[in-house]
Amino acid sequence: MIKILGKQIRGYQKATILAPVFTALEVLMEILIPFITASIIDQGIEAGDMGKVYLYGGIMLAFAFLSLCFGVLAGRYAASASAGFACNLRDGMYENIQRFSFSNIDKYSTAGLVTRMTTDVTNVQNAFQMILRIAVRAPLMLVCSMVMCFVINAKMSLVFLAALVFLGAVLMLIMTRTLPIFRKVFRKYDDLNASVQENVSGIRVVKAFVRESYEDEKFTKAAENLYRLFVKAEGLLAFNSPVMMLAVYGCIIGLSWFGAHFIVAGTLTTGNLTSLFSYVMSMMMSLMMLSMIFVMVSMSAASAERIAEVLAEEPDMEEPAAGVKTVENGSIDFDHVSFSYKSGSGEAVLRDIDLHIRAGETVGIIGGTGCGKSSLVSLISRLYDATEGAVRVGGRDVREYDLEALRDQVAVVLQKNVLFSGTILDNLRWGKEDASEEECEDACRQACADEFIRRFPDGYGTWIEQGGSNVSGGQKQRLCIARALLKKPKVLILDDSTSAVDTATDAMIREAFAKRIPGTTKLIISQRISSVQDADRILVLEDGQVSGFDTHEALLEKNDIYREIYDAQMKSGGDFDENSSAGRE
Amino acid sequence: MKEQKDRRSFGESFASLGRVLAYILKHYKGACAAVAAGILFSALATLCGTLFMQRLIDDYVMPLLAQSAPDYGPLAQALLKLAAALAVGVVCAYGYNRIMVNVSQGTMKRLRVELFTHMESLPIKYFDTHAHGDIMSVYTNDVDTLRQLVSQSMPQLLNSMITLASTFVSMVVLDVSLAGVSLCMVCLMVFVTSRLSGLSARHFASQQKHLGEVNGYIEEMMEGQKVVKVFCHEEKSLEQFRKLNEQLRKSAEGANQIANITMPINANLGNINYVLIAVIGAILSLSGDTGLTVGTLVAFLSLSKSFTQPVTQISQQLNNVLMAGAGAERIFALLDEESERDDGYVELVNVAEAPDGTLTETEQKTGVWAWRHPHRADGTVTYTKLEGDVTFDGVDFGYDESKTVLHDIRMYATPGQKIAFVGSTGAGKTTITNLINRFYDIQDGKIRYDGININKIKKPELRRSLGMVLQDTHLFTGTVMDNIRYGRLDATDEECIAAAKLANAHGFIRRLPDGYDTMLTGDGGNLSQGQRQLLAIARAAVADPPVLILDEATSSIDTRTETLVQKGMDALMKGRTSFVIAHRLSTVKNADCIMVMEQGRIIERGTHDQLMEQKGRYYQLYTGNAISA
Repeated sequence: MIKILGKQIRGYQKATILAPVFTALEVLMEILIPFITASIIDQGIEAGDMGKVYLYGGIMLAFAFLSLCFGVLAGRYAASASAGFACNLRDGMYENIQRFSFSNIDKYSTAGLVTRMTTDVTNVQNAFQMILRIAVRAPLMLVCSMVMCFVINAKMSLVFLAALVFLGAVLMLIMTRTLPIFRKVFRKYDDLNASVQENVSGIRVVKAFVRESYEDEKFTKAAENLYRLFVKAEGLLAFNSPVMMLAVYGCIIGLSWFGAHFIVAGTLTTGNLTSLFSYVMSMMMSLMMLSMIFVMVSMSAASAERIAEVLAEEPDMEEPAAGVKTVENGSIDFDHVSFSYKSGSGEAVLRDIDLHIRAGETVGIIGGTGCGKSSLVSLISRLYDATEGAVRVGGRDVREYDLEALRDQVAVVLQKNVLFSGTILDNLRWGKEDASEEECEDACRQACADEFIRRFPDGYGTWIEQGGSNVSGGQKQRLCIARALLKKPKVLILDDSTSAVDTATDAMIREAFAKRIPGTTKLIISQRISSVQDADRILVLEDGQVSGFDTHEALLEKNDIYREIYDAQMKSGGDFDENSSAGRE
Repeated sequence: MKEQKDRRSFGESFASLGRVLAYILKHYKGACAAVAAGILFSALATLCGTLFMQRLIDDYVMPLLAQSAPDYGPLAQALLKLAAALAVGVVCAYGYNRIMVNVSQGTMKRLRVELFTHMESLPIKYFDTHAHGDIMSVYTNDVDTLRQLVSQSMPQLLNSMITLASTFVSMVVLDVSLAGVSLCMVCLMVFVTSRLSGLSARHFASQQKHLGEVNGYIEEMMEGQKVVKVFCHEEKSLEQFRKLNEQLRKSAEGANQIANITMPINANLGNINYVLIAVIGAILSLSGDTGLTVGTLVAFLSLSKSFTQPVTQISQQLNNVLMAGAGAERIFALLDEESERDDGYVELVNVAEAPDGTLTETEQKTGVWAWRHPHRADGTVTYTKLEGDVTFDGVDFGYDESKTVLHDIRMYATPGQKIAFVGSTGAGKTTITNLINRFYDIQDGKIRYDGININKIKKPELRRSLGMVLQDTHLFTGTVMDNIRYGRLDATDEECIAAAKLANAHGFIRRLPDGYDTMLTGDGGNLSQGQRQLLAIARAAVADPPVLILDEATSSIDTRTETLVQKGMDALMKGRTSFVIAHRLSTVKNADCIMVMEQGRIIERGTHDQLMEQKGRYYQLYTGNAISA
């Protein structure tokens, strides 16, 4: 884990090294300054020598100035190192996520990824800065002070040693007790945030069912649980500072008592005793700081683990080194393909699919919810890899293509589609970055989106809110289709992409396809018979297997499932979609 | 101009901190007093220690040196006294630390709950206009900054101040003029600190703002990550992210740099102070006119160290304080958002219906509901039976005042009728249903429910009487059973299962690994769109409301399943007023009245047969002969 995170220091190594170096120098100054103050007192003031006072005062000023410089530099480097590190962590995660395959994406929730890139990174950033600034300072202070003490009086130092051992033992005990609780706390914390997220996105449901107070209650309970755990953990930590005070006070009293004896015996000077007092303080302080770091680092350890997990996640789809860049044509072949989701139960979603679709053909796909329609088409643009068998586009196995080239040529309009905040034009240009306005309008006309876009006061410049929340479902779907059309793909896959579009518009879109992009292979998944019945061939899927693949008429005759669906839709009201196709012929 | 704006935001940060403080004091007056007392005593104990160390040599060790047979008695006695004082200090320190845990965590809990409760009360419009990631950031990033502040910085600050004050008093007692010098120095430190903190507060405010932006962007992109992949948009998305990320890095670096250098600057100002005092003190004491003895000067010097140290400590806490200020500002911004207004006073009550039709309110569950309508003018109360009669009278509506999206909507739905809305997408169908439950308030006209203006009905009661199945289904973390029960919390397992059967969800639920006890997480991500919709229908079924609103409720269910669901829905709709939005003819055809909508107006209405006969827009829509609009 440390190795994975360590790599992300990239670009900030200099700052990362310089920060502790300057801190060390600063500590050195701080250690030396008490010596000079002692000299001012002993040799200057008590001796009544003004010259010495000026001399040592001057030296001290110089040291203070140096210490200031080192401190400022250390602070600056620590800040840039930690801010840079955090930036790299976010960048590294984001970049890696971009390489994720669909099955990688399935593993993480949106909320989980967001927390990892924000809260977790902030935790690690703070801990990192702490380490840079204090992890060097505290031990160095401790060691130096200890050495100084031994130099002054070894026997007296034993008092410290006893106190240190006591303090260290108690702090260790507290740490080992609190850490497991903190781990639990942060897991609960995640859950709490997940429930907030759920409420933010599902607010309409909450309000429609008047469940505000119910949700409040649920949340309050969760918050209370979190509170109890936090109190338990921090209640233990509350022992830290009294224990440390106890140790310091013990030292003071011990030093006073033994010091008095030593002075009387003549083995210690009064100046020495004063110095010892100041060293005991700095030793205890550094120990306290260490324990603070310890808490902080361990609190952020959970965060670091979660970050490392994303960073280390290997995209489980291998891209060929020199993939084929061009797709010959839009023919699609499934050779005995079976498929199961890695994150799922392992049960096969598709079994032994053997299909051959010619370039330019229009294929309708129909079947019950969960029969594997979406899984089937997702194999074509290699969103997932087939578990067995091979999928070929343009005569080549999809695994041989350069992914970007393949996906440029195989456009998928996903069932759960998303628009992004930006203008309509911005969104359309996802399909083709340099598309001119005319091209965009043309694509929108094909997708029957032009008419409603024109009705917006800002037309193509209309701002789309996050997730497309300010356009209706049908409008969103048509925009998504237009976006895919702009790619001018060889294969176009519509995964139930007109479900919220009215039948007439739906028919118009299909008509436009037939006229405008006859050479493109079109796969249309739909629940509506009307959307697929004029396709060249219709694939009927049942439970992950091909039940029938033929023309509308042939299927009506031979395929029971198809007939059943057909009858169901017809019976329920003399379907006018039927008329529509009849009318056009 | 910019300067002014920045300065204001700096001021606001501090104002927000003040609010946090007031908030804590309000809820934890006693505890805060105890903490303050604890800190005071432990600081005094520390001071005792410091003072004792100064007197140790002069008062105890020197006399010992003078004695031929040293008597350690007085020293032992003094040490015992000191030990007692220090022990009190230690106990107080533990006490205030422990209480502080309750105060800080309690405050965090209260704030979280208050944030959540308040958020739930905000109007839909708020959620329309704020990025969800940004709202989330308040709960995570901003509340986190406060945690640091309350649990660490505040006690530290208080402690430092007390040390500062008590040390200053001792210094004044020792020597007034030297104390003056030290005071000047501390003032300088405070001045430098405040200047630096002003600078870094601005950076911290922009850091929190940029963090919110990054959060929002990540949220949006992660939600659409699959679309990003499909469009090979990875690099573009990364590029945009890098811009925001770099922005955040810069502001974070700036903020931390300034905060980090505050401490060394102050520490060394402290050192300079030491030298100044040493020099001035030495001159004064050597000149011998001021009565400043060498012993006092030495004592004073060590005091001056503990005088400047608290200032350094305070500046060390600055990061936290400033960041918390920025976080608190955002927290209070959310808390200050105006809640959904509800001026309604008509309530829904259980009534018993006498044979002659008179209604009397009862505590019992009768299954018969009525609107309790107090009339303010004459103080009487009337009861109107809840039947589900909905009328729109000349309703105009726009999401913002300037743009009307619905024009002069008139419609009448008598109890038990099924009203269908058809029309091209964006014609305003969904908007109409959002007006009935008052997600949005109308600009003109009236909507009446059982003859009562819906503005007079309490919103919760109004919504409770309406069952909604929305276009986008949302499920909550919990079991399948929990999700169905969301419709009516006191529904029994049997009732939930019956509802699931009605919606035809029973079949697939039983096939789930744990049946009704299967845990759903992440908005039911492990279910297909269709299955989620079936659950949403079951959820509405269990609520058993007199009025149903089905907004494209079956759009993602395959036709075979839909015919089954349809049966269930027809059964569900029987005897209820229902508003159905659909583009599938099968769903619409048997409606009592079909409203054909276009561009925010109802352009045709009638039964299926009537409309077909008219050969108007409806006919065109469903025969595919539509002339493109």
